[in-house]
Amino acid sequence: MEQISTLTGPIIPLRSSNTDTDQIIPAVFLKRVTKTGYDDALFHHWRQDPSFVLNQEPYRHGGILVTGPDFGTGSSREHAVWALRDFGITAVLSPRFGEIFRGNSGKQGLLTGVIPEEAVERLWAAAEASPGMQTTVDLVARTVTIGDETIDFQIDDYTRWRLLEGLDDIALTLRDEERITAFEATRPAWMPRTLPVQTGTK
Amino acid sequence: MGRTLAEKVWDDHVVVKGEDGSPDLIYIDLHLVHEVTSPQAFDGLRQADRPLRRLDLTVATEDHNTPTIDIDKPIQDPTSAKQISTLRDNAAEFGVRIHSLGDKEQGIVHIVGPQLGLTMPGITVVCGDSHTSTHGAFGAMAFGIGTSEVEHVMATQTLPLKPFKTMAITVEGELRPGVTAKDIILAVIARIGTGGGAGYVFEYRGSAIRALSIEGRMTICNMSIEAGARAGMVAPDQTTFDYIEGRDHAPKGADWDAAVEYWKTLPTDDDAVFDAEIVIDANELEPFVTWGTNPGQGSPLSEAVPDPASFSDPQDRAAAEKALAYMDLAPGTPLKDVKVDTVFIGSCTNSRMEDLRAAADILRGKHKAEGLRVMVVPGSARVRLEAEAEGLDRVFTDFGAEWRFAGCSMCLGMNPDQLAPGERCASTSNRNFEGRQGKGGRTHLVSPLVAAATAIRGTLSSPWDLAQDDLRAAEEAVA
Ligand code: SF4
Repeated sequence: MEQISTLTGPIIPLRSSNTDTDQIIPAVFLKRVTKTGYDDALFHHWRQDPSFVLNQEPYRHGGILVTGPDFGTGSSREHAVWALRDFGITAVLSPRFGEIFRGNSGKQGLLTGVIPEEAVERLWAAAEASPGMQTTVDLVARTVTIGDETIDFQIDDYTRWRLLEGLDDIALTLRDEERITAFEATRPAWMPRTLPVQTGTK
Repeated sequence: MGRTLAEKVWDDHVVVKGEDGSPDLIYIDLHLVHEVTSPQAFDGLRQADRPLRRLDLTVATEDHNTPTIDIDKPIQDPTSAKQISTLRDNAAEFGVRIHSLGDKEQGIVHIVGPQLGLTMPGITVVCGDSHTSTHGAFGAMAFGIGTSEVEHVMATQTLPLKPFKTMAITVEGELRPGVTAKDIILAVIARIGTGGGAGYVFEYRGSAIRALSIEGRMTICNMSIEAGARAGMVAPDQTTFDYIEGRDHAPKGADWDAAVEYWKTLPTDDDAVFDAEIVIDANELEPFVTWGTNPGQGSPLSEAVPDPASFSDPQDRAAAEKALAYMDLAPGTPLKDVKVDTVFIGSCTNSRMEDLRAAADILRGKHKAEGLRVMVVPGSARVRLEAEAEGLDRVFTDFGAEWRFAGCSMCLGMNPDQLAPGERCASTSNRNFEGRQGKGGRTHLVSPLVAAATAIRGTLSSPWDLAQDDLRAAEEAVA
């Protein structure tokens, strides 16, 4: 996972609330066998409508998604995060998130910040007044800045630390690699081996 | 204070003790892999440029998508074909041992581990599949994990895990003939409900459990997840050791002696305390069957379809109403009057030699009921070969059943083995969810004995009914 401290990009105003993960990525895409390449699947049904925000320039290549409350509720599918990431969305700001979705996001390096509902309105208005205007999300200061407006967002300390350090679960565990190796040295010989044990010299 | 079996296995696998409520890092001794939940995990390793840490603790097989006929022909469904070919490519790229379709050790992942002698007491086993609890029958700590966790195990051979609570499920007494391990677990789930085990590791204890074979214990542990438990375990004993000894991957020589010595220390100490306990009287148990759409909605076969109005809990009542509508069953109908279209003998719950032998003993020399479809799907290619060596295949085909190649098959219908909408099935599998065996299909979970008796009579039946039929026929012959 890459380290994140600041992110810049256009604000994508997604005027919607209660966006469940079935909307973010419909079930039919769960049959795929990869963890990448879901950019076409993101909001697949909504994107059939040419006027949908992600079909517009300058939003077609991602940015900072700003949306209404209860984003990412419903099914636990991790694919929702993969699809957002693959499309180029680096952060989502909303007044409230589905719990599992938010957890999955933290694991996959997608920043999710909680902002007040009135801030959503202001960010939408600012973005729509000058589409494509760059915004900066500062994870160290926990702020989002557009023009001369700065808004605080919330993210828990642990997730913030992991994003700042670029640590996914696996990277975190591998910090204890020496202890894993030491543990392995104590495992008894009778434990199962799926491969033939190598014997003799080569 | 003494410790339970589960606590002992856990303690011996802690790599890093979690502090301040953070999880323990637990070492994983055996990682079983199949085609459905592994592709994104392999892809994650590839993206992060990480190797698979312990190839010697990892083994893959193909099961969920494999066809059970014409296994020499290309797989028709493109999604299934793709999942299988992706697993083969990943196994080749990373160096994972794989048992592919056509290989003697291919089969349902939870049948393959034990048959190879890889599953043993006192180890931790994981797989991206909820029925990994099966392996707990040996006294292993075994549980299902999600795809991110599969990747985590591949990369680190560990998992960060939160502690669990323990529940003793004590089954005392002696099962009557015709009553099996499957009936025990269906009765347990009906008693505690599908969420009753949430947060717990079960330990099945008592004289009735001790009397079971390892295969029967696997049937019970398999369905622990249907009660919401994280895992289910049985303490290892001589039955366990005898089952493992001599298998391909079983410890040999001095290793065997050391293993058995350790395994004997695993059973729960007399002064250990469980967080919860339930007691079941084995003497009272009857052949069981589910009438609803979750594994907790079951009754003794001698009873009738329940009236939803009889449930005091409003949620249970609503669930029963919905289930009966889906199952097209009227309250008060004797379960034995329910006519089925299909009988499925298979799945990781009941597709081992013992299950097939038990079913064959009932079917031998008989013919299936008119218009019925009967499908017998061995759990692994090896089980298929062993059954054929004993002539069981001919018993099934003479009876009018289809004898198939190994795999998950109609347990979940990811391959073409599915129920048609509205079709009713007596199934030895573990889930009777809506549409589980095919869209619109209706599932009654039963033991292999009940499945066999049902296949003869065409309505939900137990061996007890067959005995009565025989008695009646004998009386008529005399009269
Ligand atoms: S047989 Fe059924 S329950 Fe068992 S692993 Fe296969 S699909 Fe899952």
